[in-house]
This record gives sequence, C-alpha cells and structure tokens, in this order.
Amino acid sequence: MTATPAGEPLLEVRDLSVRFGGVLAVNGVGFEVRRGEVFTLIGPNGAGKTTVFNLISRLYTPTTGELRFEGTDLGACAPHEIARLGIARTFQNIELFEHASVLQNLLIGRHGHRRTGFWQELFFTPAVRRAEEATREQVERVIELLDLQHHRESTVAGLPYGVRKVVELARALCTEPRLLLLDEPSSGLNVEETDDMAFWIDDIRRELGVTVLMVEHDMALVSRVSDRVLAMSQGEVLALGTPAEVQAHPGVVEAYLGAAADVAGLRRPRP
Amino acid sequence: MRFLFKTSYAQDIRLARHGGDVATYAALGAALLAAPWVLEDYGLAQLTFVLIYGVIGLGLMLLAGYTGQFSLGHAAFVGVGAYAQGALTNAGWPFPLALAAAGVLAAAVGVVVAVPALRLKGIYLGIATLAFGFIVEEGLARWESVTGGNAGMHVKAPAMFGWVLDSAGSFYGLCLGVAVAATLGCLNLLRSPTGRAFVAVRDSEVSAQSLGIHLARTKTLAFAIASALAGVGGALYAHKLRFISPDQFNILQSIDLLLMIVIGGLGSVHGAFLGAIFLITMPQLIAAAKDVLPEAVAQAPGLQGLVYGLVLIGFVLFEPQGLYGRWLKVRTWFELFPFYRRGMFRRGKSFQKSERLR
Repeated sequence: MTATPAGEPLLEVRDLSVRFGGVLAVNGVGFEVRRGEVFTLIGPNGAGKTTVFNLISRLYTPTTGELRFEGTDLGACAPHEIARLGIARTFQNIELFEHASVLQNLLIGRHGHRRTGFWQELFFTPAVRRAEEATREQVERVIELLDLQHHRESTVAGLPYGVRKVVELARALCTEPRLLLLDEPSSGLNVEETDDMAFWIDDIRRELGVTVLMVEHDMALVSRVSDRVLAMSQGEVLALGTPAEVQAHPGVVEAYLGAAADVAGLRRPRP
Repeated sequence: MRFLFKTSYAQDIRLARHGGDVATYAALGAALLAAPWVLEDYGLAQLTFVLIYGVIGLGLMLLAGYTGQFSLGHAAFVGVGAYAQGALTNAGWPFPLALAAAGVLAAAVGVVVAVPALRLKGIYLGIATLAFGFIVEEGLARWESVTGGNAGMHVKAPAMFGWVLDSAGSFYGLCLGVAVAATLGCLNLLRSPTGRAFVAVRDSEVSAQSLGIHLARTKTLAFAIASALAGVGGALYAHKLRFISPDQFNILQSIDLLLMIVIGGLGSVHGAFLGAIFLITMPQLIAAAKDVLPEAVAQAPGLQGLVYGLVLIGFVLFEPQGLYGRWLKVRTWFELFPFYRRGMFRRGKSFQKSERLR
C-alpha cells in the first residue's frame, strides 16, 4: 500500500469519457482529488455526476480515459476489488440490505476484511469466532461515531429515511476506506438531519482522515464542508475551484439558471 | 417476559440466544432421540421423511431464502444424489463414502447450473433451472446402463464396515444425525461472512459488489451448497424408499420443494423443517378429510393439488413469512402478554430503490 502524503493526489481522473449508445454521458472529464480534502461535484440534473461515481466504482467501464487511485489503475480492477483498494461509496437512493438488521448491514461492510475461509466457517472454528468478535468491535466503533446504538437490532426496512442515510454512511465507513464517495448525502433529509450530516462529513475527514468525494445539490452544505468544487454540465467540466469561486463562475450560473439573454427572451414584452 | 441484557459480543455470536433456547432445543433433541422407541413404524417413517425433506429444504432455503436465487429444478439435484447413492451402494461402497460422493457429485452439477444462473435473474433463472430439471429427468430415464431407465433402480440398505442399517430405527438415527449436522453447518455459515454475503446478494447486488463481495463466486457457492444438500437428501431418500425411478424427480417434485420452503417461511432455517412437516403431513390430513367430505368432493381428482394451491395462496396473502413467521407472532404474543399489538410485525414502508444499474 503506497501512502500518499497529505495534499498529494489520491485519485486521478484523466480525460474520462463514457458513451451509452448515442449519449456522451461523460465527456473528457479530468480532475484530481487530493488526500485529506472534501471534493464536491455539482451540476444540474443529468450532468453526469453519478455516472462519474459509477465509473470510479467500476459499475460502468469508461469508453476512454484513465482512473488512478494511489497509483493503481482502476480500469484493470473488477467491481468487487474496488472496496479492497480502499474506496467505499453510498448510493443516491440508498441501497441497503433491506431485510437484514442494521448490525448485519454494517457487518457486511467488513466483508473486504474477511480473513476466514468457507470450511473454517462451516465448522465455526475458534479462528472464525475470534475474527467475528474483532469484526464486531470495529463495527461498534462506527456505531458509536454515528450514534446508531438505538437502531442496532432494527431491520432496515422499517427505519425512517434519515436513519437509513446514516446507516448507509456507516456501512461505507465500516470498510475502512481511504476515499469515500457520497452520492447526494443530504437528499431527502430535513434541515436538522442535513446539519448532522455536514457535521459527520467534517468529522470523518478530520478524525478518520478519510478523503471525501461527493455529489451534492445543497449549496449551503457544499460551501460548509468542501475544500474544492467541480461544476459539471452535460458531461463536461465547467469550473473548478473553491466553493465561492465556482458559485461566482458565469458558466455555472448559466448552466443552472440560463443565460441573461434567455431570461430576457422569456420576459413578456412591455406594451 | 424476558429481558436480554447483552454484556459481550459473544452473546450475539452464540447459536442459542438464552437459557430458554437451550432448554427448548434440548427437549426437542431428546424427543427426536426417543422417537424410535415411542413411535410405531408408520410414524417413524413419516418422521424420517420430514428429516430427509428438511435437509433438502435447508439447501433450497440457503439458495432461495437467503441468496434470492430460485431453482425450479431442484428435484433434479435430489435425483442426481439419489442415483449416485444407488449406483455406488449397489457397487459395494460403504455408506459414508457413497453419501459424500453423492453430495459432491450433486454439488458439481449445481456449479454447472450456476454458470448460466450468473447471468439470469428472477423468472429467467426459474426457466433455466426448470429446463435443467427436465434434462436431468430425461437423462435419468435414458441412461439405462447406470440408472435402469424408466424401470427404476433398486437400492440396497445402507451398510458400513460390516454393519447394515436395515431397521427403521437405525436408519432414522442416521437421518437424524445427517439432519443435525446439516443444520449446524448452515447455522454456522449464516453467522459468518459467507452467510452475510448471501443475504447481501439477495437484497442488493449493486451494493454487495461495491462492498467487495464477488457476485459470481457467492452465487456459485450458494448453488453448490444447495445442490450438495439436495444430493445428500436424495441419497437418504433412495435408501428410505429402496426403489427409485426418474418420475420421482420431476417438475412436480421441484414445485413441492419450493412450496415447502415458501410455506415454511423464506429466510429462516426453522422454515425448512416446518415446511417439511407441512409437506409430509398434508397428504395425511387430506386423506383423513376425505372420510368426512361428501362422496363427490372426496373422490374428485386433483383434490390435493387444489388444497395445496389454496394453502399457498393463503400464505402468500396473509402470512408471507410462512409458518415460521406465524410461530414468531404467537411466541411474541405470549412473551409480551398482555401488551401484544396488532401492528407489531407490519412492515415499514419500503422506500424507492435507486434505478437498477443492470
């Protein structure tokens, strides 16, 4: 494992493109996520933000371009190998294991750290017992960090939306990632829950030293936690910089609100 | 009412949750051990069949109930095990070796079936396994030099190292031993990473993958275990009946097996055995009911099919968790008396899932 010092690029994306039939969903996108920062992708719907996430987690294969994580070429990895490299993710609309308890969900999060084999597990040897207890201890740390004690035994299917978001975040943390991909962490959350989420993202970065790459629409949250922001539109990079710089960028304003000329065109002519 | 105070992680890993569980299962074990001396031959034979179907059901439960992969041709694996056992026993192999070979051979066939299963989902997987079931049934009928074709095959009593288990009691003991071992093995897997990977694949393949679970390997393993247990169950079945023919392993048998685990309760180990009890006792109940029913109804063909169908529809509508779910509710009612509420087991709202990535 090559440890990159803080500030060095952890994830390098170069000239990334993916084509679905006639649609160029991501077109020549390139950026670097530095170790220890919170890097946010913003952009209107259909800009290709989630597609970039799916390319990093290898659910899609890029048409062209290169993805490097700590020097490893992600293009050569199978989807299930990504977690072992140290990349974890959450999903836009929550992909939890619905009919399992919160605890089980988090234990599954530790799957990549599994040390025991099938035959050992079949007989539940002392080694498996020790491994299970160690796994549980790691999971309990995450439960404590994210205040999930009360929900430990509940089945996911019965939990309110806000809690499910946190459980998904917890599950991603259980993998002990170095890079955490958060796909719209605040979507569907109320103001207080969003506030908690911002607090946790900050905590995760500061205390656990996890680098965060997220897609987010809530600009208040983005400005509060991000170091750098990349704005995308129609699969292309619009602007890259601090949250304030990107928000002031004319191209970004145009992508979200339309150009001044368009707005003028919509006005009813004065009699 | 019982309150569980947890003071160590080991408590959640243990098989029995508390002292009450230990007592219950000890009593059940004692009753099962005493059965050969208590029950008359007919009852013992029925109990033996419950154990055999329970072993087969365990495998199918792991596959369908825990991994979410349905097999509509499961009787084929049972058939492979039964014929392997029959052929090897008749060739003079001792019982344990033949049983292991039957399990391994069925598992190997299961792995072959898993190959297309990796690309198929839901109804398409059902159709593929259904087709496989027909192929095996046809194969058993045509491969006359080994299987004896449609004329069937006689299977000797199990024998090992000079000891022949030809009494109903000794064979029952053998089945009990196999069933207990299979159950413990399944429980062990379910409380370790392998079992959790099965559940993960069932509930969300996308996130299972992003957490480092190898989908193909996990599904193949589930198929291998399910078909190995089916093969072992088939081997015992062959010894129990002493005569096997291809039509014992046809599509109807496969559907019975699926019915068994659905009615028992998908996603519970108890469900496999509760379903087996249902499958074995139902024909008796129907036969008993025929005596009191009017002539025209009692003699109607397809009465059993009708009853099975109605029971299945009833369970799907009113108790999707099966017999085990019903039992959980009854138990909770007693545990919480008088505070049980009607809505306690109602499912919470299921939230929209993200668009499937494949």
